[in-house]
Amino acid sequence: MKRRTFLKATGAGVAAVGIEGILAAHRAPAFAQGTSVHILRWNDFVPAADKVLREVFAPEVQKALGVKLNVETINANDIPARATSAIQSGNGPDIIMLLNNLPHLYAASAVDVSDIADEVGKAQGGIYAASQQLNKVGNQWVAMPWSVVPALIAYRKSWFEEAGIKEFPKTWQQYHEAGRKLKAAKRPIGQTLGNTFGDAPTFTYPLLWSFGGQEIDAKGKVIIDSPETVESVRFMTQFWKDAHDEGGLAWDDSNNNRAFLSGEISATLNGASIYVAALNGPDKFKTEKGAPLHTDILHAPLPAGPKGQFAYHTAFNHMVMKYSKNQKAAKDFLRWAHTRENYEKWFTVQRGFSVGIAQDWEKHAMWNNDPVMLPFRSAPRLQTRAMGHAGPPDKRAAEAWNKYVITVMYAQSANGKMKPEETVKWAAGELGKIYA
Amino acid sequence: MAAGAGSAAAALPGERIVVSRWTRLLENQRVLATALLAPGVAILAAFIAYPFVMAIWFSLTDISVGTRGTFVGIANFRKAWNDTIFQTAFWNTCFYTFWATVFKLTLGMWLALLLNRHFRFKRMIRAWMLLPFIIPTVLSTFAWRWMFDPTFSVINWTLYHLGWISDRLPFLSDGDWAMWCAIAVNTWRGTPFFAITLLAGLQTINPDLHEAAALDGANAWHRFWHVTWPLLLPVTLVVVVFSVIQTFSDFQLIYVLTGGGPANQTHLVATYAYQIGIHSGLLGEGAAISLFMFPVLFLVVLFQLRYLKRMEGA
Repeated sequence: MKRRTFLKATGAGVAAVGIEGILAAHRAPAFAQGTSVHILRWNDFVPAADKVLREVFAPEVQKALGVKLNVETINANDIPARATSAIQSGNGPDIIMLLNNLPHLYAASAVDVSDIADEVGKAQGGIYAASQQLNKVGNQWVAMPWSVVPALIAYRKSWFEEAGIKEFPKTWQQYHEAGRKLKAAKRPIGQTLGNTFGDAPTFTYPLLWSFGGQEIDAKGKVIIDSPETVESVRFMTQFWKDAHDEGGLAWDDSNNNRAFLSGEISATLNGASIYVAALNGPDKFKTEKGAPLHTDILHAPLPAGPKGQFAYHTAFNHMVMKYSKNQKAAKDFLRWAHTRENYEKWFTVQRGFSVGIAQDWEKHAMWNNDPVMLPFRSAPRLQTRAMGHAGPPDKRAAEAWNKYVITVMYAQSANGKMKPEETVKWAAGELGKIYA
Repeated sequence: MAAGAGSAAAALPGERIVVSRWTRLLENQRVLATALLAPGVAILAAFIAYPFVMAIWFSLTDISVGTRGTFVGIANFRKAWNDTIFQTAFWNTCFYTFWATVFKLTLGMWLALLLNRHFRFKRMIRAWMLLPFIIPTVLSTFAWRWMFDPTFSVINWTLYHLGWISDRLPFLSDGDWAMWCAIAVNTWRGTPFFAITLLAGLQTINPDLHEAAALDGANAWHRFWHVTWPLLLPVTLVVVVFSVIQTFSDFQLIYVLTGGGPANQTHLVATYAYQIGIHSGLLGEGAAISLFMFPVLFLVVLFQLRYLKRMEGA
């Protein structure tokens, strides 16, 4: 065989195997097989969801896009530290999961994902307003919202009934009264007012808003020091003493789960992780009468205050990092993961603990499985405010959130260290420095 | 040069000794000293001096995560100084360091005196005593956190079942209690270091001195105060200074045990600097907060160096 003939034959062969082979095999060409995407996320409170990422998403995305997915999970409280060190060193995960409004804090280090957000929004009925607020800086999407963990009150139906409360309280005053009776029966309400990322601020911010208090006005002036805020702190201080497990001052996001599941508390603001754990362990978690605990759990929204009813649900967002050498692969992965057929695999194992970021997911058949989970379905749609209200949830709002200013404001009065007026003045001082 | 001359003298007559240029170079004491010091200096420059200089630069800028930052002079220091959380953290750091050091010294001395006696299984007990110091701080602090847990504390459980308490003790949910809990854990962890170092010091004291004092009618306390303590003072001072430096810049213990809570009441300077610089991404402000530790630690080190110099001269 002459050299020319050989080249012709092998060239044609490679071309044939190449293009047709790729099309036939439905897989990426060999040169893309080496692309890997490192994603950093939290240790999901529903461990089965992390299993989906590792055991379903990873092999499937390798097959579909030729991307090797490396999933790393750590404690959610430690993610900001990892993000900061990765950004400063210019080296680290290609995608980092960021909570709440942290995308605003790291916006300078983000890759624009507006194209993905627009596609997903259009295809899935529109992304929730709160998710838009938390992930858009100006008109640009700096992170792609992934899910929302609604915060609702999980409570023991039978214990409330035994205390003479037939229907879950609609107002803070009613909840206070109910809590007083429950604590007298050694079944207090459990709530963290500690320095922790989720359950504390998702309780304290809506409480503040429902009494008419807010951090700043629309012009950015700090207006937290108001009679409304003082009233909310005064209410909480009394509510704490009368109705709560006072150990909650030192709780993190997992303490209330353990306390509820072991029958120490009657109600707590939480994602659905308590119920999901009870559902997964009917023999492990039981009522004092021996029935599976999940049969005695219901969910309700936070009560209304004099100025309305509010909620804050924890947002989970993915940022593609600017320092990443695999930006395209990272974006391709996100686009792939957000398609209905792929996202659904992760969404269904959550059983409602995490919900979708677009309205179409409210229509999913999963919601027909369990009426106890129904309050979670539309919860994100009812979220009308974010931190830093009435301003944007920007860097300064993220700083106030990270310093736990609002939570500490309530905690300092609840533990008796400061009077309500004093702690509100303290919060005004701290916010004043942040918004200066 | 003398060595070279010696070698030449040891050579057979007429034999020529070849000394390489390197050997000749290293025979120069200045060159040798520089060569021996260079790796250490390089490590110090890379891992101590460079981050320190960077921290000073960061503290003078408004750098936040992902941005370059501009020079702002001492604005970050001024902001920290007027920050009530920082003021609490600074006071906590002094309080925590003082009491933890007092307890570690007292218990460490007591333990060292006990371990200096002869008894069965002496070696084994000395080794076991080091366990709190050997176990990684994060791991042991997690265990303590469980023991102080607001809901499931084994200490509360025990006291309740013994009938000594009717309500749970607020180990970590009350700021004052939480600070004392942190001091207790630090003491538990640091006492072996004091004990083993003081024990080493005790063993250098000639037993004849005690015997002579006893013959002169000195009781146990007098022997300790007039013989042991003065001779142990140099070792004690060195160990106290090391401990103060470590305790003042402590981070892991508070981070794991309380996270600075409740209501920021147990923050130390190091944990607050971490919260601001790393968690909130305000690197300039975080660096300024952490640099407030520098003057205090500098004075402690200066004191130690001056003392050691005086001891050398004595």
